[in-house]
Amino acid sequence: MIPRPLGIAVAVMLVTVFSMGIYVGRMRRQAADLPIDTRPVAPPPSGPTETVTLYVADDALGAVRPRPATIPLPGGRQQRAEELLRALLAIYQQRNSPHPLSAAADIRSFYLVDPGAAVIDLNAAFADQHPSGIQQEQLTVNSLVQTLAVNVPGINRVRILVEGKTRETLAGHADLTEFFDVSAVNQAVSGQ
Amino acid sequence: MVDAIPRFHEHSPFFIVPLFYTLHRPQTVSASSSHKPIAGLLAALIFLGAANSPAPAPNDEKRISVYSAVATYTLPVVDRNGHEYIGLLEMLEPLGRVSARADGRHWKLQFNSIDSDFVAGKTRAKIRGRDWDLPGPFLIESSRGLVPVNSLSTLLPRFLGSPVNFHESARRLFLGDVAVQVTTRLDSANPSRLVLDFSAPVNPTIATEPGKLRMVFVRDPLMPPGNQPLSFNDQTITQANYAESNGAAELTISATVPLLATFTNGGRTITVGPTPQETTGGTPAAGVAPGGTPGTSATLPPASPRFIAIVDPAHGGDELGSSLSDTVLEKNVDLGFGRLLRHELETRGISTILLRDNDSRIPLNQRADAANGVHVGVYLSLHASSQGTGVRIFTSLLPLAGETKGVFRPWNVAQAPALGASQTLAATILSELQKHQFPAQGSRASVGPLNHVLLPAIAIELAPPKGNAIEQLASANYQQRIASVIADAVAAQRDRPGAQP
Repeated sequence: MIPRPLGIAVAVMLVTVFSMGIYVGRMRRQAADLPIDTRPVAPPPSGPTETVTLYVADDALGAVRPRPATIPLPGGRQQRAEELLRALLAIYQQRNSPHPLSAAADIRSFYLVDPGAAVIDLNAAFADQHPSGIQQEQLTVNSLVQTLAVNVPGINRVRILVEGKTRETLAGHADLTEFFDVSAVNQAVSGQ
Repeated sequence: MVDAIPRFHEHSPFFIVPLFYTLHRPQTVSASSSHKPIAGLLAALIFLGAANSPAPAPNDEKRISVYSAVATYTLPVVDRNGHEYIGLLEMLEPLGRVSARADGRHWKLQFNSIDSDFVAGKTRAKIRGRDWDLPGPFLIESSRGLVPVNSLSTLLPRFLGSPVNFHESARRLFLGDVAVQVTTRLDSANPSRLVLDFSAPVNPTIATEPGKLRMVFVRDPLMPPGNQPLSFNDQTITQANYAESNGAAELTISATVPLLATFTNGGRTITVGPTPQETTGGTPAAGVAPGGTPGTSATLPPASPRFIAIVDPAHGGDELGSSLSDTVLEKNVDLGFGRLLRHELETRGISTILLRDNDSRIPLNQRADAANGVHVGVYLSLHASSQGTGVRIFTSLLPLAGETKGVFRPWNVAQAPALGASQTLAATILSELQKHQFPAQGSRASVGPLNHVLLPAIAIELAPPKGNAIEQLASANYQQRIASVIADAVAAQRDRPGAQP
């Protein structure tokens, strides 16, 4: 004959184990439902750190403002440009960013093509989740173009693609079908 | 006044703009001797340009004019089965959020939060869940729902929640307290003058013929004067008659001499008197002087008939623009603001073309093409944003130019020669806005179709007033105040010598 207190204790333990099993199963299902970030993980940049000037958009001011930053930069122009753009994007993806962009936004790649011509290839989320409006879209364009022009010598025109293709506008307003004239963007940024 | 909405043809637009672009306009088809080497090419452009130009609406087209605090607009009326019909969606579109879909013989329309259901060929409809009878059968044509015109005075209050004043025989519909009253007084000085005082600024089309001066009010909600016809015991000006028909009101002044009309008091007063030539025994003449400045009584020169403001509400159709809130779409705010701006511009005597006057999508190249059919004027692209406050004015951020070949300029930098004038226009508008305490900011942007427009061209982005919610952005009162300031600035640009490229 099992003593009554022992029986109660065993029953409580069984109920606890059963409840924990249900809870753990539910947690695993929730974890499985979370989207998997399939973006390739960029290798950490190597090379000495360098102080550069990023041109950061500020929605409240309606302007792009220079901001010094110290980041590790590789030697090649192309890799250097990619790191600059990623550093800029990281600012926009921080909490309390002055110009918030989606956490899923990314720079797919950057190319230097003809002498003086650069191509920025954005991922679809960058454009699809970008806030719509002339000012907000143009600030993004100005920020990307001006940061490149100031820190990567020799660039005089910049084209922006989305997923490797021409897209009419960034989010309904800023025209992406043409090369941006770096000197025109510089004038626009300086005049703000 | 330009009543016709441009009609677009389906051919591909030009991708190269000729430097002598004015030559492809129908009214300037003669090439000068300096252009002889390219005469053949220009002839082809003239032909294509003529085919591409806006077609005016025929004058005898039946129409209805709707006057409301939000918008003033005219719509075509069609005859079906012995009744006059009008598109219900088009009628309600400027007045609120509206959507409709045809489902077999049923045509379901939602206006703001009011649901309705009409059935093709039937007079019975359901509005707000209640049955209601039309005076004639409902029609569906190409997914458009048509209702008899004589149903409007009872149908519209069910959607709008307030009574309407419908002059059915003249097809003039007044929504709310918008009526403009006129009082007349004869100034028996030598020579006699008839002074017409209006309760709000008006902008009629004026025509003269021997012994008569006619003022036609299409966009002004003018009501009949108390007594009429008005007879005067005067040897010069004998009578004034009011009549209204086909969506317009008409005042006809009869006299024994040729007459001249002058505008004063910001368009609120029109003074009709003998032409100066007649009073001095010279050759009879007649004229019109809209756009007078307050307090002046001298005859003003007529506004240039060639200066046209192109007002272009952005987006439309399936191109929604920004989602300003859960219920407010940018395309609708752009359109409402465009209609208000058109009214303000026309009140100042500026002929205005509203490129998009319904919920349709117009490709950017077609918008630029329509603007480039105008030789003198300005192009205003209208946008709205929920971000920031006040008004932002943008001029073109031109891309790198393509190669210029002979007389041809690349399409992507067609704006280049006008950029200086565009910046002057932007600066004038910014200055006016700041003078009226509106937060305003100017910048440059690569927004279509500014780069392709030959006229001075700007984009205007409307944001909510400082510290207010998004609903304020969509309010007619806020938009009206900004439209008024912008119209003042455009009028100043029109009158500035050398303001055109």
